Amino acid sequence: MKLVTAIIKPFKLDEVREALSAIGVQGITVTEVKGFGRQKGHTELYRGAEYVVDFLPKVKIEAAVKDDMLERVIESVEKAANTGKIGDGKIFVFDLLQVVRIRTGETGPDAL
Amino acid sequence: MKKIFTLFAMLCALAIGGVVHAADTPAAKLYFDTGKADLPADAAKAVAPLIDQAKSAKVKLQVSGFHDKTGDVAVNAELAKKRATAVQEMLVAGGVPADMIVLAKPAETTGGGDDKEARRVEVAVFVADAAAPAAAAAGAPAAATATPAPVPNKGDVAWMLTSTAFVLMMSVPALALFYGGMVRSKNVLSVLMQVFVVFSLISVLWCVYGYSLAFTEGNAYIGGFDRLFLKGTFDSAKGEFAMASTFSKNTPIPELVYVAFQATFAAITVCLILGGFAERVKFSAVLLFSVLWFTFSYLPIAHMVWFWPGPDAYTAANVVDATNAKAGLLWQWGALDFAGGTVVHINAGIAGIVGAYVMGKRIGFGKESMAPHNLPMTMMGASLLWMGWFGFNAGSALEANGSASLAFINTYLATACAVLSWTLGEWMFKGKPSMLGAASGAVAGLVAITPAAGNVGIPGAFVIGTAAGLVCLWGVNGLKHMLKVDDTLDVFGVHAVGGILGALLTGIFVSPDLGGPSVVSDWVTGKTEYPGYLAQLFIQAKAVGVTILWSGVVAFVSYKIVDLVVGLRVPEEEEREGLDITAHGESAYRS
Repeated sequence: MKLVTAIIKPFKLDEVREALSAIGVQGITVTEVKGFGRQKGHTELYRGAEYVVDFLPKVKIEAAVKDDMLERVIESVEKAANTGKIGDGKIFVFDLLQVVRIRTGETGPDAL
Repeated sequence: MKKIFTLFAMLCALAIGGVVHAADTPAAKLYFDTGKADLPADAAKAVAPLIDQAKSAKVKLQVSGFHDKTGDVAVNAELAKKRATAVQEMLVAGGVPADMIVLAKPAETTGGGDDKEARRVEVAVFVADAAAPAAAAAGAPAAATATPAPVPNKGDVAWMLTSTAFVLMMSVPALALFYGGMVRSKNVLSVLMQVFVVFSLISVLWCVYGYSLAFTEGNAYIGGFDRLFLKGTFDSAKGEFAMASTFSKNTPIPELVYVAFQATFAAITVCLILGGFAERVKFSAVLLFSVLWFTFSYLPIAHMVWFWPGPDAYTAANVVDATNAKAGLLWQWGALDFAGGTVVHINAGIAGIVGAYVMGKRIGFGKESMAPHNLPMTMMGASLLWMGWFGFNAGSALEANGSASLAFINTYLATACAVLSWTLGEWMFKGKPSMLGAASGAVAGLVAITPAAGNVGIPGAFVIGTAAGLVCLWGVNGLKHMLKVDDTLDVFGVHAVGGILGALLTGIFVSPDLGGPSVVSDWVTGKTEYPGYLAQLFIQAKAVGVTILWSGVVAFVSYKIVDLVVGLRVPEEEEREGLDITAHGESAYRS
């Protein structure tokens, strides 16, 4: 099992969710986050007071998937979240040691 | 602005009591042939000066017919009426509006030195009144004409009540929203709360002693205590309301609406100051400072600029000097301030920056982000200010008339000009046209047109509005950095700078050569005379200087007193956590 974490542009969230549903991903977790990468921040000017905004808003999605789905998941996210411009985000993949479905007590791939 | 108090003597009481007098010394007498109602040959010439007076000064003419003692009483009475009617028709033909002529039957229609003298019609200037002429014109027997106490015009009263509510809206919620949007989210409630409570506090003090000290006769600097707790404004036993004068003779409004209107001005002025030291001041310090500064700066400045005995006090040339001497100092100088450039905006702007200076910068100023937390709130506040300002400026005409209309369009136009000039200036010099800039431009334009509103023509509105946007843009950018003061919400850069600009330009654009209405130089006749660009500009500059000095000194001393008594600033920890939680125990937003 793998945990796929992707940082994407906020307005790409719907497209990514649809793409993942289409290939059979059963659920994802979404968090609004801030951060910086190569895109960097911008400056804002209020009546002559200038503020540098370093952290830009992004969306983080997390999906736990079976090993055999990994490649398709990565491909779907990459395709759906791509604009070709700087700041499109990144995908991180982790090994997942255990999964438990709280309601039934199922564990492992059955719980996904 | 104005003020004098005339007690409301009920017209009907006079009429019922049968008190009768001629309106004035007759200004023209026309003599008729025996038994005839044909106009004498010299009639037109005799009444020509009166027709001119009626048309230019808007006074009513009273026409009374008489007859000699020969003949039947009823026939003679009819004859006297016919003679008066003939004269009335001649006056109408001469251009006097029919409703400006009062046919008044004298109590005794016979009389005069001899019969020839008795067969006459008298035409005199009549003190305007709406009720009596109807009765007289209808031929009511024994119609009595007195010099009646003027009755307020319902249109004027309705407009002033409306304007007063508009100006209240400028503080709560407009100014509170405008300011609240510009602070950080941890302090928004503290700003809303300060505006809400200070507005209420000053309104109460206004009715206790503020109105009396500002708008009753005293000396050139401060009024007296005649109206403590608004004593004497309403006689409940007789059901009589005291009257306040406007800018037109015999055109009073109930004093209570003037009290309320001016209350909203006093209250918003103190609220404006709050922007200078927002995000770090103690709530108790805000309240104590408000009481001190209101009492020792707002009240004297309002008295000095706005108190005068009113146009009705100027009855003849020989009372002018004595009447002038009762007015406030700056009024006597001839300083023009239609709706509060000095009294409200310079006054508050100076107190604000002195506060920012005495209190010191916010923790993290220049290092941490102090960006506005909710600019839509600021935009809504600015928009409501714009709307409310129609009450502020056009209401300051105190009547629903041409002057109010002029103030209205100027308030509309200058503000739009300032939005454009600030936006274009910011776009050119700072890169992007911002919403905060447009909202600030609107307020800058409103501030600058305030002293000018009814004192300049359309050209003045264009120039003052456009200049205000650019000058105040510099005020919150260049000037603010030069002063090195943390004036949180730019009370100085917008209100003091805009107020000074408007006050000075008012002296220029009041000139009739630049489309302005000029300056009334003689309140007996209403004659206007512009003293000249340099002369009026100098008067305006002196008024600005007095206001800056007075407000600056009073504010400085008041802050020092407050610092000794309750302390000005909150502790550092509380400032970091935010005043909403630490001072008021609540948060504006939950997630």
